[in-house]
Amino acid sequence: MNSYAEYTTGEPVADAKAPGGPIHERWDTRRFEAKLVNPANRRKHTVIVVGTGLAGGSAGATLAEQGYHVVQFCYQDSPRRAHSIAAQGGINAAKNYRNDGDSVHRLFYDTVKGGDFRARESNVHRLAQISVEIIDQCVAQGVPFAREYGGLLDTRSFGGVQVSRTFYARGQTGQQLLLGAYQALSRQIAAGNVEMHPRTEMLDLIVVDGRARGIVARDLVTGKVDTYFADAVVLASGGYGNVFYLSTNAMNSNATAVWRAHRRGAWFGNPCFTQIHPTCIPRTGDHQSKLTLMSESLRNDGRIWVPKAKGDTRPPGEIPEGERDYYLERIYPSFGNLVPRDIASRAAKNVCDEGRGVGPGGQGVYLDFADAIARMGRKAVEAKYGNLFDMYQRITDEDPYEVPMRIYPAVHYTMGGLWVDYDLQTTVPGLFAIGEANFSDHGANRLGASALMQGLADGYFVLPATINDYLARNPHHEEVGAGHPVVREAVAQTEDRLARLLAVDGDRTPDSFHRELGELMWEFCGMARTDSGLRKALERIPQIREEFWRRVKVPGTGEELNQSLEKANRVVDYLELAELMCLDALHRAESCGGHFREESQTPDGEAARKDEEFSYAAAWEFTGTGTAPVLHKEDLVFEYVHPTQRSYA
Amino acid sequence: MKLTLRVWRQRHADAEGHMSTYEVDGISPDMSFLEMLDTLNEELILKGEEPVAFDHDCREGICGACSLVINGDAHGPERTTTCQLHMRSFADGDTIDVEPWRAAAFPVVKDLVVDRSAFDRIIQAGGYISVPTGSAPEAHATPVPKPDADSAFEHAECIGCGACVAACPNGSAMLFTSAKVNHLNVLPQGAPERETRVLDMVAQMDSEGFGGCTLTGECATACPKGIPLPSIAAMNKEWLRATRKVRR
Amino acid sequence: MGLFGPSVSGMALATRTDRRPSLPRAVWDSTVGKKTVMAVSGLIMLLYLVAHMIGNLKIFFGPDDFNHYAHWLRTLGGPVMRWEWTLWVIRVVLVAAVVAHAVSAYQLSRRDLKARPSKYVHKKPRASYATRTMRWGGIILGLFIVWHILDLTTGTAHPGGFQHLHPYQNVIDTFSTWYGNVVYLTAVVALGLHVRHGFWSAAQTLGVGSAARDRALKTCANGLALLLTAGFVSVPVGVMTGVVS
Repeated sequence: MNSYAEYTTGEPVADAKAPGGPIHERWDTRRFEAKLVNPANRRKHTVIVVGTGLAGGSAGATLAEQGYHVVQFCYQDSPRRAHSIAAQGGINAAKNYRNDGDSVHRLFYDTVKGGDFRARESNVHRLAQISVEIIDQCVAQGVPFAREYGGLLDTRSFGGVQVSRTFYARGQTGQQLLLGAYQALSRQIAAGNVEMHPRTEMLDLIVVDGRARGIVARDLVTGKVDTYFADAVVLASGGYGNVFYLSTNAMNSNATAVWRAHRRGAWFGNPCFTQIHPTCIPRTGDHQSKLTLMSESLRNDGRIWVPKAKGDTRPPGEIPEGERDYYLERIYPSFGNLVPRDIASRAAKNVCDEGRGVGPGGQGVYLDFADAIARMGRKAVEAKYGNLFDMYQRITDEDPYEVPMRIYPAVHYTMGGLWVDYDLQTTVPGLFAIGEANFSDHGANRLGASALMQGLADGYFVLPATINDYLARNPHHEEVGAGHPVVREAVAQTEDRLARLLAVDGDRTPDSFHRELGELMWEFCGMARTDSGLRKALERIPQIREEFWRRVKVPGTGEELNQSLEKANRVVDYLELAELMCLDALHRAESCGGHFREESQTPDGEAARKDEEFSYAAAWEFTGTGTAPVLHKEDLVFEYVHPTQRSYA
Repeated sequence: MKLTLRVWRQRHADAEGHMSTYEVDGISPDMSFLEMLDTLNEELILKGEEPVAFDHDCREGICGACSLVINGDAHGPERTTTCQLHMRSFADGDTIDVEPWRAAAFPVVKDLVVDRSAFDRIIQAGGYISVPTGSAPEAHATPVPKPDADSAFEHAECIGCGACVAACPNGSAMLFTSAKVNHLNVLPQGAPERETRVLDMVAQMDSEGFGGCTLTGECATACPKGIPLPSIAAMNKEWLRATRKVRR
Repeated sequence: MGLFGPSVSGMALATRTDRRPSLPRAVWDSTVGKKTVMAVSGLIMLLYLVAHMIGNLKIFFGPDDFNHYAHWLRTLGGPVMRWEWTLWVIRVVLVAAVVAHAVSAYQLSRRDLKARPSKYVHKKPRASYATRTMRWGGIILGLFIVWHILDLTTGTAHPGGFQHLHPYQNVIDTFSTWYGNVVYLTAVVALGLHVRHGFWSAAQTLGVGSAARDRALKTCANGLALLLTAGFVSVPVGVMTGVVS
């Protein structure tokens, strides 16, 4: 065993920003107590925003509307391509338009419970409150949500809840919401309030006198490494699911921004909390470069089953009803196919481990629409899910109207991220993290249709209110420029790292290392984790890292568009982050939400939490590559939702 | 499958480009076209050659990053994005030509990567509804008739990939521009800026150096999201209306 | 709602310019505007062609009818309009239409070619025949109009002795030469193709096109193209077959 696992426990960390008092008044209180920046002074403040997804796009637009000078970055060729665009299902909001008993408090309750009691109550309640305003904002922007014939908004119910509170735009809700934010951002770019840098990737954070003052970024076209300065830096760079190589994340989604910030002093919260989405298209072979999600909304009408007998290779149509096991409906009669994602994923893994999986390699279960088609008619099914069915058919060459879909879980979302307080500020003053980049409001498991809600809540409403307080309280920074010793060092380190990658000239591609790491993580830090497996991974990761720096081959130069260099540099950070994820998973010897430790389960195989030991958020402090980090615990206090063992039976 | 690829290679924007020939073997029909290129690139890296640069990201057909002209067709022979095109659409032994989008307004950055920032500037010219955060009325204050909402959605599906421009013999961006104009102009929320939006976006489109529309219909045929050709007529109508109605 | 809407009014929000060019300027400076000019001028010419074609058919009623018709055209609008006044008005409108159509087409074409400077290495035949032949067809028709006027209006390039106000004989003269027939028939075929795409295209440009109307418009365009072609072709065919002599 290497020394990395021998972490130390430091001072506990507390969220100092959330006010006390009744939970529904806390956000109002905080906004009132937060200092404001005089409108006339705002244009003198520069704020850097990294990322243009739902969180970054909405934050950049809103901060610019408020009068700040925003300098924004994305690695894509356009801010419109951020991966939020791929979210399919919908966005939750406690509008209660259906009069079905929904309320802010119920959304709050569902989210805390769905997160298996590992999220901060104050944050989650605020999220539920703001959800209502998000819908108003998006509709006003022209987001074409699905509507009823009366012209009012349609909603549907979504994984893990019993009310119909999910607003959607066919299977492309993320796209439509992102385009709304992108359009708002575009308007501010045109007005000169946002300086947009597409095809530019953040490679380091500049921290001067303990405050975030800028970033080091590389122009991906010219290869030039440059510095940008600001009064505050906002990271909206998304999650780190690509550590697993195969995930539903975009190919270029990466952890570099958050990891580099972590290395500069921002603590990392709950890195092991990973969401494995139950309804993805199974992989077809070693060539697989990424996995494609099928919206969870499919579980509203599709029925999940596997053959009752092991190794049953008959085509699905030839398996009689009596020989099918609709296992979710059997085990969880009241929620059936709509149980939360972590439960559905693990159940699929269990039946496949039993040898009852279907499709190539037995890594799949059926999602069957035969009943839905018989009940609603093919036309209605087509209207509801047509584009998803088309996508499935395109990828698999199978017609889901005739043959049941095959699905299998895949890494989809990371609940962990940079630790932030109620103001969304990290442990580095002046550095904020929003959206999936922070450790956020979802606890150990995120409910369906809540990622879009959180990204937009953070970007449109939370950050623009809380960042004022920071900027108002820190009005006169000394000027920081390219000549500052700290800046020069950060640039030199970045350039050195890139030069080293180019200089190795080994015999393995960056992708081959990424794939190797991903397979290791999927096996030992995936859907089910064990003490011994995680220790094995912790032993293996430094070896891969060492081999990487000895054998990686990156052709070309650093002074041009070089996609291999970009990739290699991202893998460098995955190779460090993966280690922290495994350590976090190892130290948390309980099961909760998406984190399932085989040692900690109920007699019937459900996740068993250990509240007396682990009712805290883990915030990890970086001490050096490969050296044991320091754990800081944030105790979670539940005043409104009493922790119970989740039950969806 | 064994394939011969002829791929456009161009070191940088100002360099001369040419088609280079590569052989790839062991291609599975289940691979996506981009996974086939990944395979080629892995081989090239190991040989010490520079891999082929191409834009790609979500690989689910929604981000609009991928942008290859395959055998003369934008996004290849199927009506989808390049990332959703699978090798089963080709036969063993095929020779496949891979080129970048070609249009004056989309200059080549490197190999198969082009600069599509002109599209961003068209949106910046008016492809939005001016509603600062926090100023929105209650969502149900303005009902939107379902046909209008559906029509808005149909146009809002555009992913900004640029296949329309790549396919158009005139390098015209009319289909892209019309998709956004129609998405916003059909909604009551978009009405206050209805005239300025279409006039400013069309003016920006023209100033970016896109060609004019001769209604060949190539754009709509190539569009992976099925933005229909009549969108262009609808935008023309909006434009004519706006030239008469806009306050000067 | 709007619980903490930004109180900064206007400051960072005005993004549009308020000054706009005049209507003609706005139209002429825009590709969409120039297409509108082409559509409107094209439709004016099309209207004229329909009338022209119907008038031509009078040739089948013999020289008296046809020559009388030509004479009547010059008295059109009388007594308000004097001899040939109306005809000159029509000619001026037509010349304006031809010039506007041609200049717009020329400018747009140059722009289109510039917008696609490098071609694909892998070439594929594209679009319908009519669409692709719009530019060449337009040039053919332009040249034809010049010849046609020199031949049958001014008589400058007329084979045999041109007789003013005796169009019947002039027409027979023209179609008695092989090149007269070849030039005319080529132009008429070009016209048919041009109208076929042009009419539908004009409808799109003027914003009349929609998914629901598309079939009707295409049928209409095809019908018009066919009608004009058949009508115009019938005259030289009549001369060649001796029906008109």
